[in-house]
This record gives sequence, C-alpha cells and structure tokens, in this order.
Amino acid sequence: MSAIAERAAGAQRTVLGFWIYLMTDCVLFATLFATYAVQRNSTNGGPGGAALFDLPYVLVETMLLLTSSFTCGLAVIALQRRNKQLLLRMLAVTFVLGLAFVGLEFNEFRYLVTEGNDWQRSGFLSAYFTLVATHGLHICVGLLWALVLGVQIWRRGLGGNTVKRMTLFSMFWHFLDVVWIFIFSVVYLWSGRL
Amino acid sequence: MTPMFAGLLGRFTLDALPHDLVTAFGALTIVGAGVGALALITITHRWKWLWKEWITTVDPKRIGLMYVIISLLMLLRGASDALLMRAQQALSAGDAAGIVDANHFQQIFSAHGTIMIFFVAMGLLFGLINLIMPLQIGSRDVAFPVLNAASFWLFFGGMALVNLSLVVGEFSAAGWLAYPPLSELQFSPGTGVDYWIWSLQISGIGSLLSAINFVTTILTMRAPGMTLMKMPMFVWTVLGSMLMVAFAFPILTATLTMLALDRTMGMHFFTAAAGGNPMMYVNLIWAWGHPEVYILILPAFGIYSEVVATFARKRLFGYVSMVWATMAIVLLSFIVWLHHFFTMGAGADVNAFFGIMTMIIAIPTGVKIFNWLFTMYRGRIKFATPMLWFMGFVAIFTIGGMAGVLMAIPPVDFQLHNSLFLVAHFHMMIVGGVVFGFFAGLTYWFPKIFGFKLNERLGRYAFSCWFGGFLLAFVPLHILGLMGATRRLDHYDASLGWQQLFIVAGVGVLLIGLGVVFQVLQLVVSILQRDKNRDLTGDPWNGRTLEWSTTSPAPSYNFATIPVVADRDAFWVRKHQRSAQPAPEYEAIIVPRNTSVGLVIGLLAFGFGFAVIWHMWLLAVACLIGLVVTIIMRAQNDNTERTLSAATIAKFEARTSEVTA
Amino acid sequence: MSEHKQAHVSQFEPSHGTVNSYIIGFASCIVLTVVAYMVATSTTISNTAAIAIIAGLAIVQCVVQLTRFLHLGAEFKPRWKLLVFAGMLIIVLIVVVGSLWIMNNLNYRMLHSSDQLQEYVESQDGL
Repeated sequence: MSAIAERAAGAQRTVLGFWIYLMTDCVLFATLFATYAVQRNSTNGGPGGAALFDLPYVLVETMLLLTSSFTCGLAVIALQRRNKQLLLRMLAVTFVLGLAFVGLEFNEFRYLVTEGNDWQRSGFLSAYFTLVATHGLHICVGLLWALVLGVQIWRRGLGGNTVKRMTLFSMFWHFLDVVWIFIFSVVYLWSGRL
Repeated sequence: MTPMFAGLLGRFTLDALPHDLVTAFGALTIVGAGVGALALITITHRWKWLWKEWITTVDPKRIGLMYVIISLLMLLRGASDALLMRAQQALSAGDAAGIVDANHFQQIFSAHGTIMIFFVAMGLLFGLINLIMPLQIGSRDVAFPVLNAASFWLFFGGMALVNLSLVVGEFSAAGWLAYPPLSELQFSPGTGVDYWIWSLQISGIGSLLSAINFVTTILTMRAPGMTLMKMPMFVWTVLGSMLMVAFAFPILTATLTMLALDRTMGMHFFTAAAGGNPMMYVNLIWAWGHPEVYILILPAFGIYSEVVATFARKRLFGYVSMVWATMAIVLLSFIVWLHHFFTMGAGADVNAFFGIMTMIIAIPTGVKIFNWLFTMYRGRIKFATPMLWFMGFVAIFTIGGMAGVLMAIPPVDFQLHNSLFLVAHFHMMIVGGVVFGFFAGLTYWFPKIFGFKLNERLGRYAFSCWFGGFLLAFVPLHILGLMGATRRLDHYDASLGWQQLFIVAGVGVLLIGLGVVFQVLQLVVSILQRDKNRDLTGDPWNGRTLEWSTTSPAPSYNFATIPVVADRDAFWVRKHQRSAQPAPEYEAIIVPRNTSVGLVIGLLAFGFGFAVIWHMWLLAVACLIGLVVTIIMRAQNDNTERTLSAATIAKFEARTSEVTA
Repeated sequence: MSEHKQAHVSQFEPSHGTVNSYIIGFASCIVLTVVAYMVATSTTISNTAAIAIIAGLAIVQCVVQLTRFLHLGAEFKPRWKLLVFAGMLIIVLIVVVGSLWIMNNLNYRMLHSSDQLQEYVESQDGL
C-alpha cells in the first residue's frame, strides 16, 4: 500500500476507534442517567427538581450549546474546504459559546450550593450533580482540546494530523450536545412533571 | 498538622505501616520482591536494555509478554491468599482460632478475588490477545500501538496499588465487589476500600482502552481476503469479548466513581441514609459483573477451538454455529445479571425472567462443547499438554455448569446463595474454564513466543496435580454448601462435623500448589534445555492459522509481506497447496517509535490513585495536571514513526531463513 | 484488496454535508427544543402526556443531530460506526430499562416501613 493510502487507512481507523470510545461514553452516561432516575425522589426531605431548577435559565444554556454545535459543524465545512482562517474563526466562536455554557452551569451549581442544596444533602442531589457535572467536565475537556488544537492549526496549518484531530474534536463536541438533549429533557423538563 | 502539611500528607500517618506479624510478612515479601528485582537489573547492567526493549516498547508481542509475566506473579499472590484461607478453615474448628484473625481473613478473601479476576485473569487475557491476535489476522500491529502501551502501564499501576496496600495501609475487607453499606465510609473508614476502588478504576480504564484498540484492529486490519467468516475462532471470541468490555466496563467506571464520590465527597448514592440506595450498587455492579465473567471465558473458548483443531488434526467442526454461539453469548450475557442477587428481594416475575434467561445462556455454551467433541471424533488426537488442559476443562466446566443451571432456579438459589456451593460453582467455571484455557494457550503458543518448546513430561505432571488438586479442593465445597455452609467465614463450629471436608479441601489446594511447583520447574528446565527443543520451523504443532507461518519468535514486524488469505485455516491451506511460492518482494515498513508516554501515564495514574486514597489533594491535582500535560505534549510530537527499509527487512528475513535451513 | 481501499484515498471520510444541511439541522433542533420547553412549562398538558411528548421530541432531536451533525449512516461500507452504535443502543436500553424495572420492584418490596409491610401481609388471605 502506498504511504498516502496507509495514512488514509490509519486516519479511518482513528475515527472508528474514537467513535467506539464515544459509544462507551454513552454507556457511562446511561449508567448515571439510570441512577438519577432511580433516585429522582430520594430528596431526604429536601427540595426536588421542580423546586430547584430554573427552566428559562437552562433553556439559555441549551441554546448556547446547540449553537456551538452548529458553529462546530461550520468549522468542519471550513476544514473540508481547507479554509484555515474560517475554521479558526468558527472554532473560536464554538469555544466562546462553550465557555459561556460552562460559566452558566458553574453559576447554577454555585447558587444551589450556597442555598444549602449541595451534593451531600440527598441521594437525588448527589445524582443530579454527578450526572450534570460529568457532562460539564467533558465540555471542559473539549474546551481545552479546542484551545490546544486551535493553536496547533494556527501554527502548523492544515496537514494530516490536524485534519484528523479536527474531525475527532467535532465528533466529540457534537456527541456532547446529543447527551445534553437527554439531560435537558430528562433532568430539567421532566422535573416538574414526575 | 498545619493545613499545608495536611494538603501534602493527607491522612497518611506512621500507623499505616504494618504492625503485626502477618501483614509485616506480606509487606516484606512485596518490598523484597520489588527491591530484589531492581537490584538484579542493576547488577546485570540491564537498565538500558530494559528501557529500550521493554519499558518503552510499543510492540504488542512485548507488551503481551509483560502482561503475562505480571499476571503469573499475581497468580502466586492470589494463590497464597487461597492457601491461607484454606489453612484457616481447615485448622479453626471448635476452640482453635486458626492462623489469622477475622479482620485479616476478610482482607485476604477480598484480595484473593480482586487479584485473581482483575490482575490474573484479565492480565492473562490481554497478554494472550496482544501476543497472538495480530499474528492471527495477518497484521503487523494493533490499531493504536501507543494506546496499547498505556493500557499495559495503567494495568501495572492498578497492580502496584493493590500490592502497595500490603505495605502502607490496609486492603478492603468488603469482598471482591465491595457492597455498600459495608464499603461506605461509615463502616469502612480506613484506606482499604479506597485502594480497591482506585486499583480497579485505573486498570479498568486500561481495559476499556484495550477494548477500543482490539475491536478497531480486528474490524479494520485483517489481511486482505480475510473476511470475518474466515477469521480464526480465537479472533472471533476476542472480538466478542472486547465488544463486551467496551459496553460493560463503563458501567463499572461509573459505579466505582459513585462509590468513590460517596466516600470522598460525602455523596449519597449508596449510603444507608439520606436517600442512598445500596441495592442500586448491587444492581449496577452485577450489570457489569456478569458480562465480565463472560469476557473472561469467551477467549478461553477461542483458545480451546484452536487447540482442539490442531491436536485432533481436523478442521474445527461447525465453525458457523460457533460464531453464532459466540455472538449469542455476547448478547445474552447482558440479560442475566440479576441471578447474582435473587435473594435481594425482587418479586417472582423479575426473578423468573432472569432465571429463565440464565438457563437459556447455557445453550450456546453447550453448542460449543459439542462442536469440540465432534471435532475430536474421528480425529487423530495427539495428547500434548494443551490438549490435556482442554480435556480437564470439559470435565470440570460441564459439572460446574450444571451446578450453575441448578442455581438459576430462584427457589434453589434461595438455599444455595452465598453458600460454599456457590463458591464451588464459580471456581469450577473460572479455574476449570478460564485458567485452564489460558494454561492451554500459554503452553500451545509458548514455542511461538520464545522459540523453543516446553518440557512435555513436567507439563503432564503439572496438569495432573492441578486437575486432581482442583477436584479435591472443590468437590467437598459442593457437599458443604448443600449442608448449609456459608461462604467467607473464618471459623466453623466443630459440632457441625465439617472439619474433615475442609481438611480434604486443604489437601487439594496443597496439590494445586505442587502443580504450580511443577509449572515453575517446567519453565526452568525448558529454559535450560532450550537448545535441544528449539522450534526451527515456526510451526511445531503442524498448526492451521497464520501465526504459525512466521518464525519462532516472530520478527518485530510480524510479516515481511502481508499474507493474502483465501480460506479459513489460511496457513493449513497454504501448506497443502504445494504451489510454487513466488520470490518475496520486500517493501519498506513504517513502524511506530518506542515511547515512554505509556509509562508516564501509568505512573501518573498510580500517583493520582495513591493521592486520592490518602487524601493528599495537592498531589492528586498535580498528577491530574501531569496527565493532561503529557497528552498535550504527545500531541505536539510529529516524529512518532520510523521506517524499516526494504533492505533491512531482506536482511532480517535472510538471517532467519539461514537459521531454519 | 488494496484497490478497494485506494478508491477512497482522496478523503478518508465521505463528504461531511453542506452548509444548508447544517442550517436545516440547527433550525429543526431549535424548534424541537423550544416546543419541548413549552410543553414542559405548559399548564394545560397532563403530566404523562408531557413526559411522553418531551421524550419523543428528545429522540427526534437526537436522530437529527446524529444524522446531520454526526453523519451517522453516511459512511462507506462496511458500516462499522452504525453497527457499534446499534450495539450500544441495545445494551443501554437493556441496562437502563432493566435497572428501572428491577429497582422499582425492589424498592416497592424492600423499602416500606415495617408497619406498611405488616398491613400488606395482613391483607393477603391465607398467609
């Protein structure tokens, strides 16, 4: 096989391997979701989701993340067209929107904690914080990745490795928005209804 | 302690060092072994060689061998735990207190189970896969060589934590699965459960990364012409097993994390109060735990398929049904897990569903056993040591399997749950199935790995001791269990009249110990006689699959030219075709460079685990940052490959054909 | 065999869609999110109906994002990503639905107070 074909096959393998990793992450989140579902009413005499969650606030969070997923997609189109400047701009927008999302989420947590509704209060709150913060931590890793990758693309341009890594990053970022759909629906939107 | 020191030293005090005879002895053994190994390497001036050839390697054959060596060492530790347990139960009846106190006994059986499953069985599994699977699919490497190295060093880090618990601190006394509320802070405030959590968490991540690696390898790196239905059975079972690891291990990761959060951040997932639900832990841990035991047995089944076909000198019977049986087991193993907690209180409908599913899963295994028997029928069987291990497996696994189907009936399980009958059953499965399978694989593939055969006579002695010893050790446990003996007790009342059976079981373990002695002897003698038993052709057993087409040991690049495959049992077909092989044309090969990234990741993960166990938060954060920095730095490295020129390959090939000529 | 792979050398993945398909995907997701939000906060829809509708909308949005953003199903053959995704889905459904069934059953039978259990036992004839 020629060297180019080898590299292409290698990149295909990396994409598949990363996809399999994302599937394992789905199982991880599913376990946290199942635990949350089992403990949804274990409030230890304290407040449940209906009393604690601010739905309009979370809607804003959701829109920020959704938009960042969209701009990430535009970055991938820029990648296809080998348009480095556009890619970096879209990646930067994605980063800023993701950062805003994390900021809002951190603020949400801070509010809960200062009101005394922290993760030690009940099984319900333990499950809530762990599920949502695991997603938030994944977002933080994504932000760091975007930063490092953006710098690398800016300095080295679009070559074999950076193309592959941008593809992987976009898979990761889109995947996190898919998980958020379920957090948004199951944790927040259902909270007033269960 | 000032806050500054608290951040540095956490809850570590001098109390953590051993302060009684038993633990001191254990600690000295570990420290002695470690120091001894370091001294040996220094005296023989082997540091540079070790670093270049083994520590920074990304060759799966080398990584596999390291897995196997560590696992066999851990087997010695797990077996010593078993000896201690059997001795305790044989000696303590009536007024006699035995040789260890209750707290130590609980740590011993917890360590025994944890080590045997995670650091012996899983280690041997990943070792054999690394050693053989790429060769069998006609590939030069796995999909992600550096990730492969990282997986090994994560395994090593977890193993180091388990052994460190003997020296500083204690181990878990909550069994190999650490059920809450016992494993929660309230009832286990020491470091024991934390050692358990983090050694499993770290090696578990290594396992998950390996699964991703091996699935990608099998799906995308098979030799041209090797469709899925032309793969060797070992590769099929590895694919099934690794898919199961990918889908089951995240459950373990999440559950261990939740238990750790309960213990370190005061959360209430599984606590007895404040809205925790300990039953959810049991549910989740077995949702992982049941697939785990099938993860172990499937590749052992794959090894048996290879061994039986080779030594019956006949094609494997029913290949297609074997593949379907394998995939059926992969799916079914995810829908039986409640049979581990029939007695926790679910209703008859829930228990009945899982009981029926458990009985159904015995069927594909039965299909496999019959296929092996039909392969043997009208074959010309050579009773080499690997074949003996297979035959011991058939006897033990069938009996143990029937005990399992018996306990699949919930009302029967209500009597037998957590009795010694259960203990006998799962040891028949794991020892008779998994361990015998890995011994068969190791003895079968030993010549391929090392270039010379093992001494057959000593192998037969070893097998006989293991087989006889195992039956002596575990048949009595069936009887004791049926009579009502509960597991995990360090003392049984003399009036029960059970002591004689415990003594028989103790003798059995001693016989197994003799078997281990014979295995060590076999290794030593074989090494001393290696020139007499050299494998010069690369194919000492007249094998059928591609790994036997290479030299023994295989060159680092496995195949100078990637084989083109047209049939199942590709090598057998090629051997008997007698068509003129065209002169090989060598091309340059791109290989990954050695790297210390894997080692660094393993060390930092070990450091992180150690830090969290002892509440040394500064160290924990430092290790986390170190991990992130390591990964980022690796991403900046563009020079990760080198080329083996065609001329170099030609020289290697010429040299080896000179030796074999 | 190597020819089979060389056909796809020019790019290692099929084309990742057009700007339009991303815009359509984005717009549909916004709509699906807002509708779900309105259903959740509405005072006229019953609880069970709201839960079902929100779940349905979530699944639809998930499919939109999987196909339009993650390009699931668009790969060249063999479609390993799709197969592994299907495998994950099966396992997740088994583990989540199974756990909910089991825990619901266990919680009902094992987490009542002893008074409640006493009442229940007494209410059963012939025990």
